[in-house]
Amino acid sequence: MLEIKNLHVKLEEEEKEILKGVDLTVEAGKVHAIMGPNGSGKSTLSYVLSGRDGYEVSEGSASLSGEDLLELEPEERASAGLFLAFQYPVEIPGVGNMTFLRTAVNAQRKARGEDELSAADFLKLVRAKAKELKIDADMLKRPVNVGFSGGEKKRNEILQMAILEPRMCILDETDSGLDVDAMKLVAGGVNALRDEGRGFLVITHYQRLLDHIKPDVVHIMADGRIVKTGGADLALEVENNGYADILAEVN
Amino acid sequence: MALPELKQTATEARLSVMEMPTAGCTKSAREAALARVREMGLPSRRDEYWKYTRPDTLVEPQAIRAAVFEHDEKPMFDGQDRLRIVFVDGVFDAEASDDLSLEGVKIDRLEDICCKDIHWAKDLYGELEARGHTPVHRPLAALNTAFAADGVAIQVTGKPSKPINLVYIHNSENSDAILHHVVRVEEGAEVTLLENGPAASRFNKCMEIDIADGGTLHHVRAQGRDHERRAATHMFTRLGERSVYKSFTLTVNGVLTRNEQVIELTGDDAVAHVAGACVGDGDFHHDDTVFVTHDAVNCESRQVFKNVLRNGATGVFQGKILVKEGAQKTDGYQISQSLLLDEDSQFLAKPELEIYADDVACSHGSTSGAIDETALFYLRSRGVSEKDATNMLTLAFLAEAVDEIEDEALAEDIVERLEGWLTRRS
Repeated sequence: MLEIKNLHVKLEEEEKEILKGVDLTVEAGKVHAIMGPNGSGKSTLSYVLSGRDGYEVSEGSASLSGEDLLELEPEERASAGLFLAFQYPVEIPGVGNMTFLRTAVNAQRKARGEDELSAADFLKLVRAKAKELKIDADMLKRPVNVGFSGGEKKRNEILQMAILEPRMCILDETDSGLDVDAMKLVAGGVNALRDEGRGFLVITHYQRLLDHIKPDVVHIMADGRIVKTGGADLALEVENNGYADILAEVN
Repeated sequence: MALPELKQTATEARLSVMEMPTAGCTKSAREAALARVREMGLPSRRDEYWKYTRPDTLVEPQAIRAAVFEHDEKPMFDGQDRLRIVFVDGVFDAEASDDLSLEGVKIDRLEDICCKDIHWAKDLYGELEARGHTPVHRPLAALNTAFAADGVAIQVTGKPSKPINLVYIHNSENSDAILHHVVRVEEGAEVTLLENGPAASRFNKCMEIDIADGGTLHHVRAQGRDHERRAATHMFTRLGERSVYKSFTLTVNGVLTRNEQVIELTGDDAVAHVAGACVGDGDFHHDDTVFVTHDAVNCESRQVFKNVLRNGATGVFQGKILVKEGAQKTDGYQISQSLLLDEDSQFLAKPELEIYADDVACSHGSTSGAIDETALFYLRSRGVSEKDATNMLTLAFLAEAVDEIEDEALAEDIVERLEGWLTRRS
């Protein structure tokens, strides 16, 4: 589903290369996790895939179900089925959460040539999904993420994911800033979306999120490359021994 | 003190083409106003108070031609049940207006206040304008008092069931209109006053509003789309005890608009909110000049102004809060912000506080900035197009000002106009 080949990325206006040849394939129905020390390029990978400005791809490719992602605008990538749950969801004063969700859903439906959802159908959909994530009506009425706690922001990300039903979900450190209960709630939301047609790429520092979202494959990223790939037990190895051993072994 | 020669020449040139209406009972007020004009002189670009806005075209003897814009939108406030008072190029149009009788309010043409012996209107005409020249001169308002050709006197005695709507229609490319309205809100009375339309090629409007103890006036104004028009407007408002004044202005297009609000809080526990949202591009020039004087205890004032500017447009904000000695427990707030959609546009702000009481809370802020790229990316990453995301963020930026309108249906009318502007331009 998601195919990344030899991806080299540097910051615009700087020579420093951040991704130095990433190879990664996420199949439909699978959950892949990427772990790695600070500064290894994990977040950059998520931003480049979703189309954020400020990065330059100097080599390599990234495609979603055969479609070249790097040629698409961010909104086209979203309509193609890509979703990034942000590490730091943005507060947008003045834009109501419901208005935002409805505009996003209908923009994607329109881009795919589908009919827009009626106000009533949309409301029904949002209410059902919000209930599962224990998001109360008040949160939906407020401006996007404004005054939300850390946990509420992350739940709001998962709510968007549940409503937009993307094919490929990237979760960028969704566990950061969450207490145990909030993490379980978020993980529950993610697990509910797991199905055969959907791929996940879960970026995290810590193994504990992976206790709740069981990965099929774990990658270790360091210095802009995937340096080691293994099963779920690779995450446990990191948890017990830190990254030093693995990095030493690779080098 | 004698005026500088250039200023005097310009002032006399303007006065030479003016004719004072046969004024009856407002004669002495008009003559006093004319004397003020001669004493102050009309504004020139060298005056500090006109530093950011060139007054030349507002002062010149002849108005510059302005095309009448044929637009296809339904009239502003069309969905509201309201009493319409229509002025075409600054002249009252009885045919186009509604019946002026409505319970809780008395409406008369300015020219009738003498024969009907309407004392409050005769007394108020020119009174607040004359008080409004300290410490800065507002000679265009004095010019208005001296030469206003038409206008209405509105006395609110109860709570009329619907808003009063002053509708201005621009019909002639060479129109040069001067309107003067006086409004008196009696004790405990409450009214909503709407104004809309581009009025004339050049428009000088003055409104004097006197709100008695416990009275409330809501004012919502939409200055229309005719791009070539010019306007200088003054609203002088005096507030009694526990009275409330809430004013919102939307300005869409216009090569020159100067809106002055002069507010005096003279009774304890009074509340005055003034807000504005303007959107413009190209040679659009918009100026909000506000002067709020706190002269009583425990009053609240609030100024919220938002400008969206593109393609070289200019926005100006001059806002002042003066807290007089003894005006304790004053709560003053002022914010002026601009969203610059490109690097050619500019926003010039001069926020001022002058405080002579020691137990007050006053704050002010002013910012200029571009669209927040992080927020833009967030919206786009959810599938919203760049154009729609930019428009959403632009409306969100203006929301704080629009939120000052208490009536939701009126606020929706305003948002609809803003959306129309954004859609036409993206």
